[in-house]
Amino acid sequence: MTAVPFIILLLAAIVGYAINIQAARAIRSGGDRLHSLEHFHGLFSLLLVVVPALTLVLIWLALQGSIVDGLVMSSLPSGVLDGLGSGQIQLIGAEIRSIAGGRIFGTPENWKLEAADRLLGYRQASGWLLVTVVTLMSLGLIFFARSKVAAEFRARQGVERITLWLMIFCAVVAIFTTVGIVAALTFETLKFFQRVPVTEFLFGLNWEPQIPIREDQIAAEGAFGAVPVFLGTIVIATVALLIAVPVGLFTAIYLNEFSPTSIRNVVKPILEILAGVPTVVYGFFAILVVAPAIRQFGQSIGVEVASNTALAAGGVMGIMLIPFISSFADDALSAVPRSLRDGALALGATRGEMMLNVLFPAAIPGIVGGILLAVSRAIGETMIVVMAAGLIARMTINPLDSVTAVTVQIVTLLIGDTSFDNPKTLAAFALGMMLFIATLVINVFALRIVRKYREIYD
Amino acid sequence: MFDTPHSAIDERLSDTKIAAKKVQVFYGDTHAIKDVDINIQPRSVTAFIGPSGCGKSTFLRCLNRMNDTIDICRVEGEITIDGEDIYDPKVDPVQLRAKVGMVFQKPNPFPKSIYDNIAYGPRIHGLAKNKAELDEIVSSSLQKAGLWNEAKDRLDEPGTGLSGGQQQRLCIARAIAVNPEVILMDEPCSALDPIATAKVEELIDELRTNYTIVIVTHSMQQAARVSQRTAFFHLGILVEEGLTQDIFTNPQDKRTQDYITGRFG
Repeated sequence: MTAVPFIILLLAAIVGYAINIQAARAIRSGGDRLHSLEHFHGLFSLLLVVVPALTLVLIWLALQGSIVDGLVMSSLPSGVLDGLGSGQIQLIGAEIRSIAGGRIFGTPENWKLEAADRLLGYRQASGWLLVTVVTLMSLGLIFFARSKVAAEFRARQGVERITLWLMIFCAVVAIFTTVGIVAALTFETLKFFQRVPVTEFLFGLNWEPQIPIREDQIAAEGAFGAVPVFLGTIVIATVALLIAVPVGLFTAIYLNEFSPTSIRNVVKPILEILAGVPTVVYGFFAILVVAPAIRQFGQSIGVEVASNTALAAGGVMGIMLIPFISSFADDALSAVPRSLRDGALALGATRGEMMLNVLFPAAIPGIVGGILLAVSRAIGETMIVVMAAGLIARMTINPLDSVTAVTVQIVTLLIGDTSFDNPKTLAAFALGMMLFIATLVINVFALRIVRKYREIYD
Repeated sequence: MFDTPHSAIDERLSDTKIAAKKVQVFYGDTHAIKDVDINIQPRSVTAFIGPSGCGKSTFLRCLNRMNDTIDICRVEGEITIDGEDIYDPKVDPVQLRAKVGMVFQKPNPFPKSIYDNIAYGPRIHGLAKNKAELDEIVSSSLQKAGLWNEAKDRLDEPGTGLSGGQQQRLCIARAIAVNPEVILMDEPCSALDPIATAKVEELIDELRTNYTIVIVTHSMQQAARVSQRTAFFHLGILVEEGLTQDIFTNPQDKRTQDYITGRFG
């Protein structure tokens, strides 16, 4: 049933397109010179039909459910809802809907069965009404578009204007989504800070996000000092970058300048595959291979190593970031004009000297930008650390210790029975907000560096 | 137009700085240079002219083995400088390029200060024992390139901030700084305006007293103005080579004549 309006729309679009093209052709074969080419007249009709009618259908379908529900609930026999709380009324609504859907549990009262019948009736009526409205609207628009066809009519400009607005709409969708996310995050974060002081969150050294389950529970006061959590993220990200930056850079330098084409043609695609591995697979790798290996090695030389170390999580994250950094650095090095390489070589520089003294300094802005973007990926990375890092927040910078990370804490805080009015859950939003701010600052900074130095050598 | 007296040129005819014998260059399957034989004389300017794609730049880049940096490029035949085969496996291209400098079509100063641009070559070759010697090399190179007066107060500013003509003279100064014997110039004025071009041409004329210069040019007027000898390339073949005056006034080959008179190219 829901598909019918869309099919009508599709047909209307095709019909409108064809009618207008025919009309435009007729004018041209009549000897007049058209301002716009025929297919612009067709597209004009198509867009004029599809855009408003599609908008109507989408809005209709979005609102239909709640309006129909409202009608059904208000048509219930008087008295049945008396003295019920809002939660219970919602439950009755849900029960009526599932009866209408054919899922009947037990023996429901008669008035519920009648309500379910009415619900189905309303839905069907709404569906037919929509089909009628869409058909009439499409027909009207097709006629309107047809009436516009004339030798002088500027169909091309019309099409361009509608397309322009469509593009603006698409661009705005992303912006508004971001704004919405930030607003939601801010809202919840503010709620959290009403319960836990900002200073405790930012500077507290103790992270024990517990809340009393019963009123009279003793020793259950939680502590929400985020410093050890962020310290954990920093330790893991540092380990990751210590691995990814040198390896990635040397890979890029080798591929860019020293490798024969045959090797480059093999290694580049492999790096791209590495970049495409899902992070959860890296997570497996971290807990099943790297962490035990590190532990075993530690024991063999007599060092106490935790089972889920920052080293394992960070190391695997570093491997994940290698292709990221190497492809950024490779792009930056390739962007250095060929003439600079030639200039250095012609002076008798070796390829190493040329790389070190000329290419690398010229490419450094792009490389730094890439590294900063890698940093923001490292601190925002979730799956690997959820699988491979620990849960307990410790004030330590020892990579052989078990540490936790911001993203890990967010995940654990939001998993399980949650109610959205206690500091434990709200803390997740505060952590998310801090993470968002941190990555935002780094990204802005990185993009600015990349952009500032990009045009210099052209 | 030809301010060098004839007798002076004839005197130099006897000795040879660069000698090429049966040089072939291939780009993959393309045969870009065919059987080129040429002797280039010391302390004079030799111009390579010819229509686009005739191989003159490719041949120029054989003389300092810059073609080595292109994977698919292959050079056959023999090229000697001062009698030494530069394609001998024992020859280090890095050292060869210190002896045979090159100036490119588009000015390509490094994104460093003017001072560092000049000092780069001497530094990597260890030509200066201390800062004072390096300063001396920088200032004398800039003086030889005629850029000293314009640049002496802004040695710390980036070389990319100079005008196009100044940048090209900076690149010439940079090449001079490593004390080469030969300077190759690949259309050094094609990106410059007429006034800057005149300055660079003047400079080339001065430099010929100390260096062997080979210049590729699209402009026949330029070849006539700056060179003592001219070689005409066409479709990868060295068609004719001789005194500039002879090439321009009395070409032996029909193709040279057609090109000089503007019938093709």
